[in-house]
Amino acid sequence: MRRAAPAFVAVAVLLSGCAAPAPGVATTTTDTLAGTVTVSAAASLTDTFGTIADAFTTEHPDVTVTFNFGGSSALAAQIVEGAPVDVFAAASAATMTTVVEAGLTEGEPTAFATNTLEIAVPPGNPGGVAGLADFTRPELSIALCAAEVPCGAAAMAAFAAAGIAPEPDTLEQDVKAVLTKVELGEVDAGLVYATDVRAAGDRVDGIEFAGAAAAVSVYPIARLAASTRNAAATAFVAYVLSPAGRKILDDAGFGAPQQ
Amino acid sequence: MMQASARRSSRRSFLSPALWIPAGLALALLGLPLMALVVRAPWAQLPELLRQPTVASALGLSLGTALLSTAISLVLGIPLALVLARSDQWPAVPRRLLRALVTVPLVLPPVVGGVALLLLLGRNGLIGQFLPFQLPFTTAAVVIAQVFVAMPFLVLAVDGALRASDRRFEVAAATLGASRFTVFRRITLPLVAPGVAAGALLCFCRALGEFGATITFAGSFPGVTQTLPIATYLQLQTDPDAAIALSLVLMVISATALVSLRDRWVPGVTA
Repeated sequence: MRRAAPAFVAVAVLLSGCAAPAPGVATTTTDTLAGTVTVSAAASLTDTFGTIADAFTTEHPDVTVTFNFGGSSALAAQIVEGAPVDVFAAASAATMTTVVEAGLTEGEPTAFATNTLEIAVPPGNPGGVAGLADFTRPELSIALCAAEVPCGAAAMAAFAAAGIAPEPDTLEQDVKAVLTKVELGEVDAGLVYATDVRAAGDRVDGIEFAGAAAAVSVYPIARLAASTRNAAATAFVAYVLSPAGRKILDDAGFGAPQQ
Repeated sequence: MMQASARRSSRRSFLSPALWIPAGLALALLGLPLMALVVRAPWAQLPELLRQPTVASALGLSLGTALLSTAISLVLGIPLALVLARSDQWPAVPRRLLRALVTVPLVLPPVVGGVALLLLLGRNGLIGQFLPFQLPFTTAAVVIAQVFVAMPFLVLAVDGALRASDRRFEVAAATLGASRFTVFRRITLPLVAPGVAAGALLCFCRALGEFGATITFAGSFPGVTQTLPIATYLQLQTDPDAAIALSLVLMVISATALVSLRDRWVPGVTA
């Protein structure tokens, strides 16, 4: 019975391939990809990569994509310490460099998305926040990312470019933690990525600010050398970089990196 | 005393050699990760790493808040342990409910505890919305988070000691005319003192290592809410060596405190 299974799958794939050709990649009929791809990805990619994985596994039904989302720096540290990961997608070039310098990537990392910062406030903007200058008001509760993680580094760059010294009440360990504090209404404002504001829907209000362009985050992706399931991992990276992946990233608010 | 030591020696003679294998594995699982930490520690740069101002501020904050949390846990937790130990006569439902309430913070992921505290005491929380001041992002919030997570250790240790203690002394004191509070102060408390000491130390160590509930409820700001475990986590993002150095400090403090427990692990047997 076991031995017959691949044949059944092949027939099924063939049939479905004939009935409704998959958009984008037209290689479904000869799909031999199987196995598991383990992806460590920045916390800000949580929703978007989930969507990308759904689309990817629809085209490659025998592939399972598992995710490890977190602060890029922590993920890089895990990889350097030997975490069994196939693909790394970071929220900054600096965190990717840690992994590259450890000799753990296969080929050069590719920039696949950009993200800008946006001010997130609880619905209705109870603190009356209008721009970065409000981050100095001592009566407001302010959450920023810690400078050690990419969103914090980007925030520092934005404040430096604007010549503003913010007075945060808490420096969170990743961007989603900042967003949670805003969603719960515990802080009057936080600085997060534009994509986080969009993903949060009506749970937060977003305020764009002049000078956000001074701190654009570029997201690199790379396949890791230790990856033993090369084919599926390579295909996943290719899918993220493909027009289909680009569309999902666009929909989530991620910009396209300049080539 | 005689009985206790006799019981202990007989237990030792019944220890089958076959048990040494799983016991050794258990010990390896607990001990080897710590050994790896010690082996990988950047001993040469250690003094320099620990002299950073952030370390002193995080260490001071951690020790201060953990001591305060332990003190609060003692004041509130010993009476709770008394209620818990005497709840035997209660009907089953409230008795089990009480025990579950005390135990749940032990098994709850601390981050969930932090969210629960925010929902209760945050700006929009059930109680927090009526407070004239803001609790999150203050040192007080760090202490509350630590008490929430660490007090159950003290309560259960004292509860165990109370159950193992001989109630006849209290009855005798009462029949001789001692008031209830005198009985508590002169008889009950001295009887369970080793249990209280053991519980307080466990509580202190747990408070010292608290991370999840603290960062969720109190946030992380140097000198105000950024305790040593949180500073360690953030250091791990950029400077793993510094993070290992900070972990060593935490480990040494906890180990010193726990070793000072000596053989008081099982109150009632050694008392």
